[in-house]
Amino acid sequence: MAQDENWLEACAADDIDEEDVIRFDYEDRSFAIYRSEDSEYFATDGHCTHEKVHLANGFVMGKIIECPKHNGRFDYTTGAVKKAPACVDLKTYPVKVEAGKVYIRIG
Amino acid sequence: MSTSQTKRDYSLTGPENRRAQERGLAAAEWYETPIPRKRLKELMKRKDGPAIRDTIVWLVLLTGAGIAAYRSWGTWWAVPAFFVYGLLYASPGDSRWHECGHGTAFKTSWMNEVVYQFSSFLVLRPATPWRWSHARHHTDTYVVGRDPEIHQPRPPVWRIIIMQFAHLYGGPRDIKRMFMHAFGVIDKEEKEFIPETEYRKTFWESRAYVVIFAIVIAACLYTSSILPAMFIVLPSFYGACLMVVFGMIQHLGLHEDVLDHRLNTRTVYMNPVFRFLYWNMNYHIEHHMFPMVPYHALAALHEEMKGDCPKPNRSTWEAFSEVIRALLKQRKDRDYTIRRELPPTAQPYQYGPSEVSRVRGGTETTTA
Ligand code: FES
Repeated sequence: MAQDENWLEACAADDIDEEDVIRFDYEDRSFAIYRSEDSEYFATDGHCTHEKVHLANGFVMGKIIECPKHNGRFDYTTGAVKKAPACVDLKTYPVKVEAGKVYIRIG
Repeated sequence: MSTSQTKRDYSLTGPENRRAQERGLAAAEWYETPIPRKRLKELMKRKDGPAIRDTIVWLVLLTGAGIAAYRSWGTWWAVPAFFVYGLLYASPGDSRWHECGHGTAFKTSWMNEVVYQFSSFLVLRPATPWRWSHARHHTDTYVVGRDPEIHQPRPPVWRIIIMQFAHLYGGPRDIKRMFMHAFGVIDKEEKEFIPETEYRKTFWESRAYVVIFAIVIAACLYTSSILPAMFIVLPSFYGACLMVVFGMIQHLGLHEDVLDHRLNTRTVYMNPVFRFLYWNMNYHIEHHMFPMVPYHALAALHEEMKGDCPKPNRSTWEAFSEVIRALLKQRKDRDYTIRRELPPTAQPYQYGPSEVSRVRGGTETTTA
């Protein structure tokens, strides 16, 4: 895996469908990488802030990720909570796409 | 077969809560039927159309039954008219409360929220506490000491079952809690699943309910008649029977303390009228396994999953009589459990952590 100034290569850009999410694990951490309807890429912590459920099994609607367990919602572009039972914002991470690869900076 | 009759403590504040956590049953990973992501995304797609249509149909039917009930007041026709009004008030109130609480019925968030608040009042379930209670029910479905929505302990309490057909157990309990919330008090059990950040909202919602109660009581006193309450508040009692049947067939008689909804949840084929009233929650294994799939796609989800699930009950009556038979057996043998056979195409059941399988797994029996 390419690693440069904390930029980690997470996946190929077309590994993720438009308006979808995939899981990316690095060491003991887990992330969710999103591709929006207009093919912009975003990254957040992988687990919901309500319970330890991975958001990569959730449902992406526009800029919203819905958690698969209790339908809590977050804006994955900012991490902001949008619907209970999630109450705590998600941590987000910078993302860049270069030469068809998605990189995230976990810092 | 074990015939132990030692009673377990079903409260969330007793020793079973800690035991469930020690056994790895709390907030655990549950079995999921493998469905290709592409197909699942199609099934999870949200729409406003079906829920708007169903809500209009519901409100038109409710209004029609209400007019008939009003006109027949003072005659014997009022009995069937109010019965129908009560059924149309409570059963869809319950299912709309449920689906809109998940936020999946409508695509548009505010529509879910409006119908959620409205139907929460109809079934007298304060909106915020019940949202949290239901989240816990999904995390720890039928895990003793963790799930606040276990319908009956083992052995069952028949007095409560009978009272519930007129909402006379849950109703007064929720009204009592509503008054406590209105005065800023949360009970010990609720503290287990409602986070403190939600208390304020809980208090204000309950105050709104108290105001509506006061208006209804004032209208009854003003008109010297119980008629206003027959339209608001009381239907959640006299119209509860079908909602109770639907509630009882969801999980009762099946396993406790397992991590696979195929073992503790029942899918039942229902007639179209019941499916409308219940908003397809008869596909209950499907709903629990994939709560992101909206009610209008549950029949299609069932088609995807049925090769991995036990045979559904063929009718509401078949499911209800199976539950009653199991509850009668549990009077004598608390551990009596219905075990459903899986089709040959299915993945094996996931009972849960090994200790749980050892403790509870040897107590199964099979019914027809
Ligand atoms: S685990 Fe995500 S909303 Fe509950």
